[in-house]
Amino acid sequence: MEVSGLKELWELFWTFAKMGVMTFGGGYAMLPILQREVVENKHWATEEELVDYFAIGQCTPGIIAVNTATFIGQKKRGAVGGIVATLGLVFPSVVIISILAGLITNFSHLAWVKNAFAGIQVCVCVLIFNAVRKLLKKSVIDKRTAAIFLLVLSGGTFLNISPVWFVIAAAAIGILLKELEAKGK
Amino acid sequence: MSVYLRLFWEFFKTGLFAVGGGMATLPFLKDIGESTGWYTYTELMNMLAVSESTPGPIGINMATYVGFTAAGIPGAVIATIGEVTPSIIVILIIAAMLKKFRDSKYVNNAFYGLRPASTGLIGAACVTVVLEVLTTVRVVSPGAGEGIVNGFALTGGSLLNWQGLALAAVLVALTNWVKKVKDWHPIVFIGVSAVVGVAFHFAGV
Repeated sequence: MEVSGLKELWELFWTFAKMGVMTFGGGYAMLPILQREVVENKHWATEEELVDYFAIGQCTPGIIAVNTATFIGQKKRGAVGGIVATLGLVFPSVVIISILAGLITNFSHLAWVKNAFAGIQVCVCVLIFNAVRKLLKKSVIDKRTAAIFLLVLSGGTFLNISPVWFVIAAAAIGILLKELEAKGK
Repeated sequence: MSVYLRLFWEFFKTGLFAVGGGMATLPFLKDIGESTGWYTYTELMNMLAVSESTPGPIGINMATYVGFTAAGIPGAVIATIGEVTPSIIVILIIAAMLKKFRDSKYVNNAFYGLRPASTGLIGAACVTVVLEVLTTVRVVSPGAGEGIVNGFALTGGSLLNWQGLALAAVLVALTNWVKKVKDWHPIVFIGVSAVVGVAFHFAGV
């Protein structure tokens, strides 16, 4: 590969690594940062393209931020660009978490660390609860989606089955319900 | 199967089937912990707290942390690569036929069912961790060949964790109903909870 190609790949890696450090929280927290870096500074995509990528990133499997990074990278440098942008995005996480995980393991026997994490666990319960509340507003939009939610909620609580099966069944049921609806009209 | 291969495979599945961002991976991580014994729910909760409080997408941070717990730094790298591999493959395929995908009736209809199911799975994980942290009720998964219905058991002691419930009630109110405060970053609430935990000896030590 010519030198300019390598330089572009490095730029992709470095830009997404910077965005990985700046993103605190989920994929949604990343959108304003992507707008500034990718649209305004680098001109790698237009505002409309970014919104499209983000929308598709939300409704395809995997982490939203990773999906968006792959999209932008592949637009710039093809498949290799997609891979390099994603590796850039996850690089800071791997370094920071590996260091922290090592530290926490070494200090986890201390009483105050145990007490602190016992308090934090209560907070994590609340954060998960809030995430469910927010998602409910977007995903449960009628009686049928409410039924799917309740079935999976109780199935997931009382049965020891891999989540994979619920996901496959739900996709099939979604298609089936909409087909029946179209036939009924 | 070597631990590295298992890590890659488990996280490949998570990346392929978890729809809707970082929190959607939680039910899968819970399932991995149960089937491999690499970590307990409580440890998973600590990993989630650290993942929310450090830079980077939560889903990636959790994959890295779980991988590290299972097999050190190589494990962290392999779990993360396993989780992003399906994304890369799927997105590269979709990018090649972008318009067709956006307008596909089947894709949209599948998501009509997938969205509430994904919320239901996170809800089920929420029920399990709330029981674990705030009560002495435990969900007991059956062993291999003992069916698929979970049992419930008591670990003894006071049924409800009153200190924890009080903190949870305050946090629910602050994060949902108090103007301005509810928009604060989760790291603030995690920090405050850590201080409360130390001040009131939440772990009982």
